[in-house]
Parts: sequence; C-alpha cells; structure tokens
Amino acid sequence: MAAAADRILEVRDLVKHFPLTSGVVLKRQIGAIKAVDGVSFDLNRGETLGIVGESGCGKSTLAKLLMALERPTSGSVKVNGREIANARGGELKRMRRNIQMVMQDPYTSLNPRMTVGDIVGEPYDIHTEVAPKGDRRKKVQELLEVVGLNPDHINRYPHQFSGGQRQRIGIARGLALQPEVIVCDEPVSALDVSIQAQVINLLERLQREFSLAYIFIAHDLSVVRHISDRVGVMYLGKFVELGKDAEIYDRPAHPYTQALLSAVPVPDPEGREQRERIILQGDPPSPANPPSGCRFRTRCWKAQEICAEQEPLLQIRPGTAHASACHFAETHDVVHVN
Amino acid sequence: MSELNTAVQEPKAHPRRKQKEKKPNSLWSDAWYDLRRNKVFLVGTAIAILLILMAIMPGVFAPQNPLACNLVDARQGISSEHWFGIDNQGCDTFSRVIHGARISILVGLLTSVVTGLVGGVLGLIAGFYGRWVDVILSRLAEIFFAIPSILGALLLLSAVGRDAAGVWTVVLALAILAWPMVLRIMRAAVITAKSQDYVTAARALGASPFRISVRHILPNAVAPVIVVCTMNLGVFIAGEAALSFLGVGIQSPNISWGLMIADARNRFLMAPEPLIFPAIFLSITVLSFVMIGDAVRDALDPKLR
Repeated sequence: MAAAADRILEVRDLVKHFPLTSGVVLKRQIGAIKAVDGVSFDLNRGETLGIVGESGCGKSTLAKLLMALERPTSGSVKVNGREIANARGGELKRMRRNIQMVMQDPYTSLNPRMTVGDIVGEPYDIHTEVAPKGDRRKKVQELLEVVGLNPDHINRYPHQFSGGQRQRIGIARGLALQPEVIVCDEPVSALDVSIQAQVINLLERLQREFSLAYIFIAHDLSVVRHISDRVGVMYLGKFVELGKDAEIYDRPAHPYTQALLSAVPVPDPEGREQRERIILQGDPPSPANPPSGCRFRTRCWKAQEICAEQEPLLQIRPGTAHASACHFAETHDVVHVN
Repeated sequence: MSELNTAVQEPKAHPRRKQKEKKPNSLWSDAWYDLRRNKVFLVGTAIAILLILMAIMPGVFAPQNPLACNLVDARQGISSEHWFGIDNQGCDTFSRVIHGARISILVGLLTSVVTGLVGGVLGLIAGFYGRWVDVILSRLAEIFFAIPSILGALLLLSAVGRDAAGVWTVVLALAILAWPMVLRIMRAAVITAKSQDYVTAARALGASPFRISVRHILPNAVAPVIVVCTMNLGVFIAGEAALSFLGVGIQSPNISWGLMIADARNRFLMAPEPLIFPAIFLSITVLSFVMIGDAVRDALDPKLR
C-alpha cells in the first residue's frame, strides 16, 4: 500500500439510491434503485483503476458521484483529502479543477454550436484564475497539439471532425485545468476498434506526461487490462473483486469475474480450445430488490445456504492475494493463456 | 508517432459546401448557406422586403395622399390615375393599400417579437428549472392556451373599448393569447438540450446555471422558436386584419387592410376593387412570411441535415 500522501482519491462506503415513487400528486416512496451500494477504494497519483461490469451495474452512476454531478445518499469521496461529495458553491468549483472527466459519446459531449476553441477554452472562462485572458488562445492551441489535433483548426466546429478527433477534443477539454484525476466513462466504446487503440495510446501518453490518475470505466475487458494498474469488478452496485490487473485476469477469485473472463474473445485458436466457457444463467436481478446475502448467488454455481444469509465482504481471503467478496473464493485461471 | 499523423486530417465539410471560404462554418452559417439557395425563401424574402419598404416609406410607392378623399369620385373603377379604383369615401384605393402595409407589418413584427421574448424566456426558465417552476408556468400557459384566439382577442379588445384601440392594444391582445405556444416549444427544446452530454460536461467543469442556460442550452434550443416566430408573423398579420375587420382593432382614420375590407364589403357587387386589392395584399403578405418560415424550418431542422 502506498503512503497516504500519494493517495489522490479516497472513496468510502459510497451509496447512491434513486427513489422509486408512486402516486401523481402525493408522491410516496415505494422503494429505491440501489445503483451504487457501498463502494470503497483508493486511487494513487499516476495510477489507473479500471472498473468493469455489465450494463446497469452502477459504473456510470459511480462516475457521476466521483464528479459530484450526483449527490450520494451516503458515504464519502475525498479528493486530496478533502470531501467533494458535500462541497458546494465556490469550494466545489475549486475542487473540480482537480478532477475532470472524459465522456463516452464524442458525438453528444461537444456543444454543436461552439467552436473547438470555445469548447476547449471554456474551462478557462469558468475558472478565470487559471489562465489570464490573453494567454487562453495560445493555451487552447497547445492543448490541441498535445492531443494530436491541428492547432489551426481552433475555429472549426465539432461536426467537421470524425469520432476519434472529437474524442480528442473532449480529452483536451478535460486536460485544460490540469487535473490530477480524470474519470473516463467508457471513453472508447463509441469508437471504431482502430481508433480505440489511438485514443488509448493517447491517454497513456498523457498519463506519463502529466502524471495523471485515471478511473477508467469500460465493459471491454481487454481494453481495461491494457490500460489499468488495478481493476475493480462491479456487480449490482458493489465491487465483487478488486486487485492488480494481473491478479484479476490471471488468478480471478470471484465466480462472477471468472464468468466474465471466460466470455472474452481469445484471438488465438489454440487458446480458444483450452479456455473454459462459463455460461451464466438468467439476467442480473433488479437493483431495486437485490438478493439477500451475496448478490451474485442467484446466478452462481457455488451458491450455498450461507450465501443467502451472510453478505460476503470485500476482503483478502485465504489462498488469494487480492480482495474478493465471495465465501468460496478460490483462484482459478479461466483463460489458461499467458 | 503514428497517432499524430492519423489525427491531423482535413475535417469533414458540409456536403454541398466547398471549403473555399476562410470563415468557419457553424451550423448557423450552414443554415444561412442553405437558405440563400432556397427559391421559396428568396421569393418570400423579396416580397417581404418590398412590403417592408412600403411600410417604411409609403410615399415613394403611392404619391397620392390616402386621406385626400373626394366624395364626388366615390366608387370609380380602375383608371390610369387610380390604379386600384376609388373607394366608397372617394379615397384612392391604391395609396390606401400601400399605406395599410405599415400597420399590418408593424403589428405582425411586434407581436412576433413580444411572443418570442415572453414565451422564449418563460419557456427557458420552465424547461431549465423544471419541478414546481415548470408546473406553475406550464399550467398558466395552458389556461391561456384554452382560450380560442380570435374570440379571446375580440373579448379583450371590446373590454378595452374603441377609444383605446391602437397598434399596441392589438399587439397585446394577440400576444397574450399566442405566447403559450412559444413557451411550449421552447420548453420542449430546452428539456431536450438539457439532457445532452455537453451540458453534463459543462456542469462537471463547474459552469454556473446562467452560463449553462445561455451558452449551452439556448443556442441549441432557439431554432424551433425562430421558425415558429417567423411563421407566426403571417398569422398575426391575418389576426390584425380579422380584428380590424370586426371593428375592435385598428380604428379610422388609421389605415388597415382589415378595416378597408370591412368598409367595402357592403358594396362589393357595385365596386369590388376596394375589397379585392387589400385582400390580395393581405394574402400575399401572409403567404410571404409563411414561405420564409417554411424555408427557415427546412434550413434549421437538424434532422434533415
């Protein structure tokens, strides 16, 4: 574990419940969607934490909570030791300089009525103390160059660029305030595979140049493995496993992680023969009414009585080197390839 | 650095536009480019400009004084001196038709601007803040929406009385009943724009609500309001004529096409000219603004792009 001084982001027992209401005039709460339900992790300077999980497991809600775009039901998010989840007004605005985001869809995340220069320069208009007015155009052009765009295109509009170029514009906007953390919410899922590689390489280069820390949310396991130092696997609003990327990918301990990994396409025909295919039955349960005890037990082949009665905590279990939330955790190499 | 090479490509151009111009092509300038090549827009604008010139300086188009009437000449037909004949009061119809353009265009423009501003601002507030602000504004708009427009304006203007009737009272009577339509359109467009990712991105940067609504939401929500306001121009001109025809709008000695039609209707078979010519001008005016509105909609509708 790194020293506390290196810790840039500290998330503790983060919970977000969206209320379900019924009634037209007098609304009453009949339940809650438990989108994020007790997530804790740390992020160190210059580190990349990958977060994987299937659709609806709470990945994007987690990103919104980290960015203080949603207020958590409970729990805390500390950036540089200061609480962002309850910050307001000027304090929150100052804290936003340290944590920025890159969004999923480059076609909707850029205002079509603004020029690239206005989009990338907007952070300076909002945080006027970062750059004096005269310098802004030059700074924007530098940023465009850093992300591999032609700085002369500063006066063009987003619809004149391709998807990959637009994503670079989004990255430049995220970099403008020189944040220490960038939350990437599926930054490459809307792009072609060849363009994905370019954007991933760009993100890695920027990480080295500016010693950025990334929260990298994706559902593509190979992309996450490529970029991450550590990986967290989410299921129904909780982490089921958290550890170094090699640990998670080569020695997965949680049955859900094993099932996920067994579904990754293997480009090598021989490896394809060797690997196991674990096919899960059924759909994920509703986050409004998650199963008692372990949330995965309804689809788990190892489930026993204890799984329904006692909730497994995310901790390092015997025989494994990283934290997992399963009563019967045991490492098991699913893919059988180096 | 292979990524650098692939990234610096020429951006995509507007499909029908050559990349000759130095100026960056925004969605607005693309729309303007399309508009300039739209025949319907050009015809509509040409007519509208002619009508606006008539409204600004009627003396150039009609040298005769529309109020210099001679009862002896009443109900004369078309002649080289009186192109549109002479009306029941002995006035030259041609010069009255030309002078009538001023009030029609003025009422149309003012009503359009007033409804656009009131409906637009309230729609932006309702859509942006949502919750109870939206509930109150939307219900209020629905109350006004439920009143049949000409009947409501008739009622309002007769309550005000003939003595007070003038351009502004007609404008207000029409605007009070028409702003809810603009509010609804603006509100819907704002709600659509509000949920876009670029608004979330601006919030993540720490942008103030004012900045978000003015810089991000308004430019993306204003297009349908512009279209409706342009199209409404013609509708309001027709509304003014209808109210003046019914006797509650513009009053003599002011000149209005609706008023002229009303004055001439009883003697239509004897002297049709004083009724036919203002009616033709009224139709052409309404048509020209509807044509412009139609073309603007085609140019601004992003779904056709």
